[in-house]
Amino acid sequence: MWKWVWEGLKTGIVTTAYPAQVETAFGVSPGCPAGLPRISATSQEAEEVVSCCPSGALKRQDRQVSFQKQQCIHCYRCLRQLTPPLEWESLGNYEWAVYLRPATEGGEKFGRSFRRSLHLRVVDAGACGACLSEIEQLNKPYYNMHRLGFFLTPTPRDADVLLVAGPVTDHMRLPLLKAYEAMPTPKGVIALGACAIFGGIFGAGFASLGGVSNLIPVDILVPGCPPPPLAILHALLALVGRAQAETCSAADASQGVDSHV
Amino acid sequence: MMPVGPIYSDVAESAFFLLESVGEDVIRTNPRFFYKFRGVEKVAEGQSVEQVLLLAERFSGTSAFAHSLAFCQAVETICEIEVPPRARALRVVYAELERFRHHLAAIAGICNSTALAVATSQAGILEEEALRLSCAITGHRYLFGLNLPGGVSLDLSGRQCDFLSQAVQDLFQKLEKLFNLLRYSSSFLDRVEEVGIITKEKARSYGLVGPIARASGIVRDLRQVSPYAAYDEVSFEVPREDEGDGYARLRVLFQEAEQSMRILRALLPSLPKGKVTSGEVIIKPGAALGWTEAPRGATWHWVRIDEQGRVARYHLTTPSFVNWHGFHLAAEEFAYQDFPIIMATFGLSNAECDR
Repeated sequence: MWKWVWEGLKTGIVTTAYPAQVETAFGVSPGCPAGLPRISATSQEAEEVVSCCPSGALKRQDRQVSFQKQQCIHCYRCLRQLTPPLEWESLGNYEWAVYLRPATEGGEKFGRSFRRSLHLRVVDAGACGACLSEIEQLNKPYYNMHRLGFFLTPTPRDADVLLVAGPVTDHMRLPLLKAYEAMPTPKGVIALGACAIFGGIFGAGFASLGGVSNLIPVDILVPGCPPPPLAILHALLALVGRAQAETCSAADASQGVDSHV
Repeated sequence: MMPVGPIYSDVAESAFFLLESVGEDVIRTNPRFFYKFRGVEKVAEGQSVEQVLLLAERFSGTSAFAHSLAFCQAVETICEIEVPPRARALRVVYAELERFRHHLAAIAGICNSTALAVATSQAGILEEEALRLSCAITGHRYLFGLNLPGGVSLDLSGRQCDFLSQAVQDLFQKLEKLFNLLRYSSSFLDRVEEVGIITKEKARSYGLVGPIARASGIVRDLRQVSPYAAYDEVSFEVPREDEGDGYARLRVLFQEAEQSMRILRALLPSLPKGKVTSGEVIIKPGAALGWTEAPRGATWHWVRIDEQGRVARYHLTTPSFVNWHGFHLAAEEFAYQDFPIIMATFGLSNAECDR
């Protein structure tokens, strides 16, 4: 047994310094297009840029190309299959959480007593496994969310926040609703990843609902496919009012790919 | 009767298990799946090949590259596209990097299920380092967006190849050290040995695939049986264990990670020169089968493209779907606290099964 103790001590501390400092290690975030919105020379050129995006994250208004990170699925088509490619920024680019109007903003819903003690229940509503894997990383040494006062709990009755990943499949609709109703108030919901925000590439179809906000009220969105662990951490900090985040309206968030029905 | 699921454990995929128990002992397990059915095959119908490629790599995020590769190979067969040698070699590199990362995650899961805190942390560190390595090299932590019909979207420079080769070896050395510690921890062995046994006969009659079949004495690997990409140019061993218990599955995972490391070390310094895509792709009508050995086992993608160049029919057979059928064989006559261990040594994905 002493070997394990020795091994543990020898490894030292690997935990990220975020949120005290910006994490600059390589490979913590897949990044997203940068330098947008921008004005193209012609509207035809702008259309060319926008048409390479399969999920509608790049939008065109006349000659202007803008980017909405809630809908980006990191397919890299605007980086690798477009000439000239869009700028892409990944270093230190992970603070992506977005408040969803008309939900309350940072810390209003949860009072001061929740700032350093928040219990989360994760619900898999049809996620591909990558989102869940990233949540698992939060519990492991590199991110270690316990140090910030966030804990996973096995039962929704103990949970303050529901972390939902996946487009909400038909068969998970009832379990998700029951889990939400079993939670004590005040309760928050985080939509994790492109699928949970607007249905992702699965969209709203005959087997999926196309987003968590179609079933239960959502407070905060975490863009990404999957969102890197630091983006999830940023969302949790923003939810209890310990970090700043942007705001968007429900209409902006749900303009996804066309329905497949 | 003891129901488990569909929302259970800390971070677990949605699934339902009905355990028939007498006191502490569970005599039978009745799994019920498809809570996560998103209708991938139905959604794919009538969509363009580009769009279905996104579905193929995103329906099971933890084995994304293997699935997108199987889909691309099916499309390449239909459209008679010749893939350049460098792209074929790079596909092997990315596929083995994914296998290496997946097996690290599976080993971390096994450590976690036995509640060995230091080992879980150590394996978790290795997993995160493998994820960061994947991201630093390819841009994405789960290798999304790399495959295209006709090649790969990203080339590696000589420096990146050297870096990857060295980093994978370093990671494997740490894994080997961890495995040696696990091998001599009696409290760990007590919990994984002779737990969840699948005999060779059962594994054969249920047609199990992947590391689970190889831990029950069946050597079957599509990379050797029916090589794709550049697998006919690399030499490697397919590990085999005969006990069919949890510990045998752990050893198979470890040895496969070692073989992946060796393939990467052998291949990276001598990548063929040339382009990584075949240029303009003309989509033709037709039907074909694409296959790969995904980290969890053999996967098959059947694609039919219609006259308009859209996908008319898409069918998937995934390793998790096949192997979940054999899960009840292992989860019989055991103590209740062994249930998470049996689950973890199987290391299956519901997203991959439910589609």
